[in-house]
Amino acid sequence: MSDSEFDIKYVANLARIALNPEEEERLGSQLGDILGYVKKLEELDVSDVEPMAHAVPLDNVLRADEVQPSISNDEALANAPKVANGLFVVPKIVE
Amino acid sequence: MMLHELTLNELTARLAAGEVSSREAMQACLDRIDAVDGSINAFMSIDRDDALGQADAADERLTKGTTHAEQPLLGVPISLKDIFCVKDQPANCSSKILGNFRSPYDGTVVQKLREAGAVIFGRVNMDEFAMGSSTENSAFGPTGNPWDAERVPGGSSGGCAAAVSAQECFGSIGTDTGGSIRQPAALCGCVGIKPTYGRVSRYGVVAFASSLDQVGPMGKTVRDTATLLGAIAGHDPRDSTSVPADVPDYAAGLEGDIKGVKLGLPKEYLGEGIDPEVRAAFEAAVKQYQSLGAEIEEVSLPHAEYGVATYYILATAEASANLARFDGIRYCDRVEGDDPFALYCNTRGAGFGEEVKRRIILGTYVLSSGYYDAYYIRAQKVRTLIKRDFDRALEKVDALITPTVPYTAFKAGEKTGDPLQMYLSDIYTISCNLAGTCGISVPCGFTNDPKLPVGLQLLGKPFGEQELLKIAHAYEQSTPWHNERAAL
Repeated sequence: MSDSEFDIKYVANLARIALNPEEEERLGSQLGDILGYVKKLEELDVSDVEPMAHAVPLDNVLRADEVQPSISNDEALANAPKVANGLFVVPKIVE
Repeated sequence: MMLHELTLNELTARLAAGEVSSREAMQACLDRIDAVDGSINAFMSIDRDDALGQADAADERLTKGTTHAEQPLLGVPISLKDIFCVKDQPANCSSKILGNFRSPYDGTVVQKLREAGAVIFGRVNMDEFAMGSSTENSAFGPTGNPWDAERVPGGSSGGCAAAVSAQECFGSIGTDTGGSIRQPAALCGCVGIKPTYGRVSRYGVVAFASSLDQVGPMGKTVRDTATLLGAIAGHDPRDSTSVPADVPDYAAGLEGDIKGVKLGLPKEYLGEGIDPEVRAAFEAAVKQYQSLGAEIEEVSLPHAEYGVATYYILATAEASANLARFDGIRYCDRVEGDDPFALYCNTRGAGFGEEVKRRIILGTYVLSSGYYDAYYIRAQKVRTLIKRDFDRALEKVDALITPTVPYTAFKAGEKTGDPLQMYLSDIYTISCNLAGTCGISVPCGFTNDPKLPVGLQLLGKPFGEQELLKIAHAYEQSTPWHNERAAL
């Protein structure tokens, strides 16, 4: 894939990362190269192969539905940039 | 011999005998850091009072008769990669984005180290969010290699390897997603083990790629890493991917000959691109194993050449999801915006370094509508093929033997402009994470001019750390390499 096909603006937007024009150009072209490299995987016939998400097969891991100790509200908020009334403050979402 | 020059196990013997105190050992590390860390920058921060306080508490337990049979790391100063949550301490992952973050709790590995009596001190440098192979991707400046500060220590656990090899601590705990323990161990001349996926809990470790990440120890000798692994391994109900399997006494199982052990030489790993001096050191190590009675057999990993491509799709995909949490709402240095969307974009644009941005964007792309099957699912299928290769090879032999890295430590700045070249430095280490098995790097010699360490990698069967450590220990004890120290 050539870098012109890689829409860096679109993908950076999906990833919620603001890029300056210089970063857009550099990352766009590097990602074009990397995608060119990973195209290598197309050489393989994988039609009869199961995809693998984890190396160790574990079935659903469940625990008893009981309350466990957890951090306090104050501790949970201690690293937040903005808090009020025991809550995280975010910009207005709904007009 | 100066106190900081002892191995971890030499130190515990002296602590047990009452010949030295934990405070003296901790102070020796701090003095050593003051003397040499200016040239290598392995440590980003140290809470000295906290460290000495922990050492005093350990001395009290020693005085009261607590033994190292009860607490194997009692009084031993251990440093941690900046990726572990330690209550009230920073966990920056060498990123700007986390600002003044302080962990509200101890992760499981930290808890286990405390239960084993370790003195946990210092945050050592890493590639930002463990993404990199040189520790140059750190918002806190690069770390230098103790053998030549102009060169990289490897990465992403470069601070761990540099701190161990510079004798600034008696062991260090890192993480390995595609080689991040073994590659820096090789480039700095220390020992590093990546346990089998599921062997060590990931609770309280900032996640990069959850199906590949594994915590592991780094030390001056195989015995030191065995002692550390014994302390941190085991099932944890708070990490549902940790495996409920017994933890052997790794340190107790090291001795004994390795006659008749079968080592597989993957023919695909010795093609072009390997430095001639690295190849020579590796071939000498293979001969040494033969003289110890091991049988060497050629094996094939036919999909080896697809490892790096598979990894960079799967690891970045998982990273793009994991790092979504760094959004400026619950933590992080927030950069305001008119709406949440702008706030996220601004916070992440200002806070993440370039490699992290590159990987999140790549991961987002391979998971995006229209590309998911072509990239992500295809890579998951190739992962199956790579795992099958390992399963087949490890049916025939007890472990695989390879170089850890195709070359020695490179100069800072040499590969930063070409991410793909940087990625290829993990070519021998990456498949082990995809297959989910265990691997270790041990020193196997030096290049001549400049004198730089070369690493030997052994890859074992899933949950076969015991056997792997024994095989590595036999080699180490029959060669002089682990006794060499960088002149700093």
